[in-house]
Amino acid sequence: MTAVAHESSPAILASRGGMLGAISDWLWRNPHAFLALMLLPPALWLGVIYLGSLFALLLQSFFSIDEFSGMINREFTLKTYGELFQQANVDIIVRTVVMAAAVTVGAAVVAFPIAYYAARYARGGWKALFYLGVMLPLWSSYLVKVYAWKLILAKEGILNWLFAKLHLTWLLDAWLSLPVIGGSSLSISYTGTFIVFLYVWLPFMILPVQAALERVPASLVEASADLGASPSQTFRNVLFPLALPGIVAGSIFTFSLTLGDYIIPQIIGTSRLFIGQAVYAHQGTAGNIPLAAAFTVVPILVMGVYLWFAKRMGAFDAL
Amino acid sequence: MIPAVSFQKVSRHFGAVRAVDAVDLDIAPGEFFAMLGPSGSGKTTCLRLVAGFEQPTAGHIEIFGETAEGVPPYRRNVNTVFQDYALFPHLNVADNVAYGLMVKGVGREERSRAAGEALELVKLPGYGARKPGQLSGGQRQRVALARALVNRPKVLLLDEPLGALDLKLREQMQDELRSLQQELGITFVFVTHDQGEALSMADRVAVFNDGRIMQVGSPEEIYSRPATRFVADFVGSSNVLPPDFVQRYVGPKRWGSLRPEAIRVAADARGDGVRGRVAALSYLGAATRITVEADGQRINAMVASGGKLPAVGDEVALTFNRDAVHIMQGEA
Repeated sequence: MTAVAHESSPAILASRGGMLGAISDWLWRNPHAFLALMLLPPALWLGVIYLGSLFALLLQSFFSIDEFSGMINREFTLKTYGELFQQANVDIIVRTVVMAAAVTVGAAVVAFPIAYYAARYARGGWKALFYLGVMLPLWSSYLVKVYAWKLILAKEGILNWLFAKLHLTWLLDAWLSLPVIGGSSLSISYTGTFIVFLYVWLPFMILPVQAALERVPASLVEASADLGASPSQTFRNVLFPLALPGIVAGSIFTFSLTLGDYIIPQIIGTSRLFIGQAVYAHQGTAGNIPLAAAFTVVPILVMGVYLWFAKRMGAFDAL
Repeated sequence: MIPAVSFQKVSRHFGAVRAVDAVDLDIAPGEFFAMLGPSGSGKTTCLRLVAGFEQPTAGHIEIFGETAEGVPPYRRNVNTVFQDYALFPHLNVADNVAYGLMVKGVGREERSRAAGEALELVKLPGYGARKPGQLSGGQRQRVALARALVNRPKVLLLDEPLGALDLKLREQMQDELRSLQQELGITFVFVTHDQGEALSMADRVAVFNDGRIMQVGSPEEIYSRPATRFVADFVGSSNVLPPDFVQRYVGPKRWGSLRPEAIRVAADARGDGVRGRVAALSYLGAATRITVEADGQRINAMVASGGKLPAVGDEVALTFNRDAVHIMQGEA
């Protein structure tokens, strides 16, 4: 050993002095206490304010409303759920769930190639441009975007004009004459509602799918081709299963956001109600908080069943 | 005889970078062929050209006499053992091994029988149900090998397959790969930066540098008769002697190479030979390497560890036969 320890540099340094030094020493020796301290505020927030209010709402769904006085009867009953299962309300639920499913599938189909490009090929500036392009719509007001779409989809709107210029008005008319998804114009049809939902929630699908694909090494795709798999076989057997956790994560967003939204179907689409609009109407104008609460239980249950099913199908196996 | 793999003036450029530059190469069927070189020398790009992951910028590639340019990887009867193994993490070992058969539409029973056989071949019977994540590095390497061999490829490509293994496992796998290749008779093309590995395993070695092949030959040729200074330096252990030195002690004014075991070290500095001073000693088990500074040159000599050895700082004389000095013809 050539180096000689200097007199003034002890092997163990003195505590950094003061209260803060003592506290950080103590926290270092008690990592569990440190963890508890860090988790306490978010746990309180999540547990008391968030879950607590949700639980209070759910409790309301077991109350009922007095039809004559409009007062809430605070006795536990399943009467409100009986009301929920009236044909008109079931129609609302089915309509919303079908729309949410369609938006989710549509978002997955549109998002995959974009996410694949971003994960596999985009580098440097192109990657920044990708993030900007995906996130930019999220920065502007949601209402502005929805009203902009109203202008795009309206009978006198940009899309109609474009179809006319391309001499494709017949195609648009043929689409609009289809039952259920058609209507007198795109802005007052389910097709229009679908397009706007798809546009608004697409970033929430692209980002998790991109993150999932980013974790798939390029060598796996090469190995699949090397072993004789055509590109479509590689997609089915390697890329899709490995991207599935990302697709499921994205679908949780697109599905639940569509299930709960009450603004888009109000501005764009037919006058038929979606769950969010029903909740809004019942707890606002109608003052029927128990039924509004019962309606909110539906998306929670649907999501629960969906996730249970996704897990059963092995969607999380590749995690 | 039709070569297993034939490169004719093959180049692969990435922008201004000439990863592979006008390479000519023939690999014989059934040969264990090593591509040796430092990283960035073009050896892996050559392998990827055979696999079909890269297309040549210029030149012509044939695999068993058939044109390979423009043919996608999935239509080549060539399989690769990847450096990172590239096992599918969501499939178990048996499904990984049977993947190539599955995509070709082989029935489930036939598939699992073949996968079982392949796993037996690489000494991993009964591991079919495990996931790749539950295996050690050496086991993953064997699964990757079984997954490639189950397809009975015409050529097996191995990209630094032993790089991630520890020394003991690597030596064991070297032996196993060698005997596997002899047993199956498949052409193996093996990429490595480890000269010891290339020399001990391969029938023939191509030494790469800067996208070009410096020398192709048997391990013995590469080791004792390096064509260029680069080959002598890279294959290692040989002493590379500058032209002045060679002129003084041997004759021609050219670069030369001299194997350390061909040098005798005499403690008596008054005798004939190259005089010098011992700069370092490293004990390597059976032999000891003596590094001597002579004529401004560091020369390694390998001597048996048993005898009396000089100490660091001692004056010694180095002697060797003139014939032992290999005169290099190449310029670089």
